Amino acid sequence: MLALVSPALLVILALIVLPVGWLAWQSVYHDGFTLENYRRVFTEDVYWRSFALTFEISLAVTVIALLLGYPVAYLANSLPKGWSILILSLVVLPFWTSVLVRAYAWLALLQRTGVINQFLRYLDVISEPLALVHNTFGTVVATVHILLPFMVLPLYAAMQKIPNDLMQAGASLGASPSLTFFRVFLPLSLPGVLAGCTMVFVLCLGFYITPELLGGGRTVMVSMLVSRNVELYNQFGAASAVAVVLLASVLATFFVVSRFISLDRVLGQK
Amino acid sequence: MMRASTARIVLYVVSALVLVYLILPVLIIVPISFSSARFLTFPPPSFSLRWYQLYFSNPAWMQATRVTLTVALLTVAIATPFGVAAAYAISQSKLRIMRLIHMTLLLPLVVPIIITAVGIFFVYAKVGLVATMPGLVLANVMLGLPYVVISVLAGLQSFDPAQEMVARSLGMNRLRSFFAVTLPQIKSSVVAGGIFAFISAMDETIVALFISGGQYQPLTKRMFTALRDEIDPTIAAISALMTAGSFLLVLLATTRQGKKT
Repeated sequence: MLALVSPALLVILALIVLPVGWLAWQSVYHDGFTLENYRRVFTEDVYWRSFALTFEISLAVTVIALLLGYPVAYLANSLPKGWSILILSLVVLPFWTSVLVRAYAWLALLQRTGVINQFLRYLDVISEPLALVHNTFGTVVATVHILLPFMVLPLYAAMQKIPNDLMQAGASLGASPSLTFFRVFLPLSLPGVLAGCTMVFVLCLGFYITPELLGGGRTVMVSMLVSRNVELYNQFGAASAVAVVLLASVLATFFVVSRFISLDRVLGQK
Repeated sequence: MMRASTARIVLYVVSALVLVYLILPVLIIVPISFSSARFLTFPPPSFSLRWYQLYFSNPAWMQATRVTLTVALLTVAIATPFGVAAAYAISQSKLRIMRLIHMTLLLPLVVPIIITAVGIFFVYAKVGLVATMPGLVLANVMLGLPYVVISVLAGLQSFDPAQEMVARSLGMNRLRSFFAVTLPQIKSSVVAGGIFAFISAMDETIVALFISGGQYQPLTKRMFTALRDEIDPTIAAISALMTAGSFLLVLLATTRQGKKT
């Protein structure tokens, strides 16, 4: 049996475990052992600001995705099968569309001469085009768009497991629909909320393409810090240290979450 | 479940708006790709096929398309058997280390892609795989493996291993019983896993940004650079084609998975 897994395992070990180990090594070793790279990451303003911004954006995206995703998952769960399949297909289709294509679409929609600005000017709602893109706003709108399916699917999966009888029992005991929702349904859907939020938050921490294309160079997320240190400044040690801190944040998030729900639940949804 | 009420109406409206937000950006690509305008305008002043013509007549775009398709096909050809073998072993073996191996195989989904990309770049630089076809394919095999493993494991969950035992007790060896008894029953999840690996390889951008170069640059790398520098409507034509392609493939993959259950 071990022989059967070995080809796949070798590829993973050679192309993800070894490279990450290499990064970790490079972050502390340069002509001798040094913590200089980490000192910079933790004390220099550029790094701090970028980490802070990344956490803020990731939190905002997670909260927005939850607020937008919960009603959709709830509706899909409460409708007959045909309708729920239709809703879930609409959720999943953009998920399998190229991230680049969607970045292009958001540029087309949000830029100064974009669809939304032209439409608003046509309606005379605005006289000057709004700055919707090449800033944090554009980044968040497009990032939520890309990560929303990762929220809806675990929510739907968790809601499916809630027995209908419980809601009927609540109703038969005289509870109003909103009371049964808040006292029975919502608490029971929390594992799905946690799974979805974890996935969205963690993926957002490492986002690269969307902030790079829609952030306009002003929204520098951690992943851009990594690539810039490599591509522009040839600072491999600094890039590695940033990468290690980013990975540590991701693993720490998973660790904290694993104390509440099984990680299979988070990862199994993909 | 709940009687019709204001809450229910709000639910319908909010959900409809969210679905529009999800779908509209994907669909907006199509009219833009058929527009005659040099710059993005909406609605398009008139329709034309000029961006499609530009795409198909540009040798650089065509070369990038060939690289992408080749990489994606080779990725599927390698990742599918590797992933099926691994998923089969994980589902059959009672070794405790298998759980750890299972988690390791899912690492590409967990490690932020930018870290993977930079790490692979460093390793490839040492062994001379930067800007080569084998390097590009190998990286995509790694990224596609989790999709195959997850899909095939899901398929194997509803398969009763006792059937294979029966085949073996009737004299088939392990390999033959797998191909004769197990594989036909999990075929749809194998195909679905392969399709997901294909789409993942078609869409992969970030690793390619670091490790590809010269004549072996995939479409996504050229698109990324083009989008960063200047918005060229040729990208709308490429995007529309890519979107149509992935819609068809996902449809194929999901109907296949649906057939199984």
